[in-house]
Amino acid sequence: MSKSVIEMPPKGGFSFDLCKRNEMLAKKGVSPPSFRKTGTTIVGLIFQDGVILGADTRATEGPIVCDKNCEKIHYMAPNIYCCGAGTAADTEAVTDMVSSQLQLHRYHTGRESRVVTALTLLKRHLFNYQGYVSAALVLGGVDVTGPHLHTIYPHGSTDTLPFATMGSGSLAAMAVFESKYKEGLTRDEGIKLVTEAICSGIFNDLGSGSNVDICVITKGGKEYLRNHLQPNPRTYTSSKGYSFPKKTEVLLTKITPLKEKVEIIEGGDAMEE
Amino acid sequence: MQIFEYNGSALVAMVGKNCFAIASDRRLGVQLQTIATDFQRISKIHDRLFFGLSGLATDAQTLYQRLVFRHKLYQLREERDMKPETFANLVSAILYEKRFGPYFCQPVIAGLGDEDKPFICTMDSIGAKELAKDFVVAGTASESLYGACESMFKEDMEPEELFETVSQALLSSVDRDCLSGWGGHVYVVTPTEVKERILKGRMD
Repeated sequence: MSKSVIEMPPKGGFSFDLCKRNEMLAKKGVSPPSFRKTGTTIVGLIFQDGVILGADTRATEGPIVCDKNCEKIHYMAPNIYCCGAGTAADTEAVTDMVSSQLQLHRYHTGRESRVVTALTLLKRHLFNYQGYVSAALVLGGVDVTGPHLHTIYPHGSTDTLPFATMGSGSLAAMAVFESKYKEGLTRDEGIKLVTEAICSGIFNDLGSGSNVDICVITKGGKEYLRNHLQPNPRTYTSSKGYSFPKKTEVLLTKITPLKEKVEIIEGGDAMEE
Repeated sequence: MQIFEYNGSALVAMVGKNCFAIASDRRLGVQLQTIATDFQRISKIHDRLFFGLSGLATDAQTLYQRLVFRHKLYQLREERDMKPETFANLVSAILYEKRFGPYFCQPVIAGLGDEDKPFICTMDSIGAKELAKDFVVAGTASESLYGACESMFKEDMEPEELFETVSQALLSSVDRDCLSGWGGHVYVVTPTEVKERILKGRMD
């Protein structure tokens, strides 16, 4: 079985310990569980001063919405952000990992990170795992060479585009972009177009929903507009709410008081020997 | 046969005013046969941090032991308890490490962070964190729990009202799920005390 008796904290990377057991279970007819996906509509476009990224905020587990307001625009560097679609754990883990690698690289070189650096790190990792790390990303940022926008597919291929969409709602969003995009958009026009594209995903694609998140990145800095638009508010809640009279039958109650905070009073009398 | 439906479970955590509640059912089964009616799904990591594991019970026990080990190491090194947010990151990393051969568990983490601010979080079996401001659910009864909590939840409930709400949501949801039930176990944690209560429910 395992070589070491003591379980030391792992050195990093994936561990394949349980694969044999899981394969045995699969042979016995046990189907593997479904993972949380971010059904998603994620978009990006380049406007005259930089890049605008947009995403919806719904996370699904099969047909159930498990998170109505999740964050799909991940931080990579102060000037680079990345939207993620696909398996939620994969997008989060891969963007966190590359973000740390970029930070180390910044310390090493003493320079601002470039978008192509993030791009290469991401595509190398994803290709390494041959598409099993199911993360489809829209990476955008502004560095010394200008604004950049890229899409990265789970198998590791990348595209460099002036406007891009990914996720289950990508067709709905791309339809909006293809008809209304033009070069040299202003900031407000860009935000309006991105919002329209995400809304088209939210309303037409079942895997996307809830609110619109926007991130505007320019040479000067970035602006993260969390829940920029909330086109699906909850208007049907009853103002009274539910109130339950104390009817729950309790068999046993155990109360454990927590340690009180100890107050140290300065300037007491000196202790006698 | 679904692996998550082998043992059956129901877990819910809710946020109140400077307090939180975490509740689970008590059944342990082997597919349709019940083998225990007092199974502990929720464990204490430290006084202000509780976590429950739904899914395959054997993986839940292994994962619990690994996490207690890691927390003890942390306590020795840092000379303090882990914050709930840090603990959630730790669980997420441990689960993601096994991305291609995962533990068949879904954790629910609930704790009081800095300034007694309640923190709740759940993850899928590979560590995709879901931080929520109101409630989180896990287990075979999760679909019913989503519905019950969505309608019964109110902002800023006091501990007693929170207890009633969580209990009603849990009991009504497990009534609609064959694989969980046989009572309930509710912990309501405030900055000054931890109230653990065992509920009487339908024993079927």
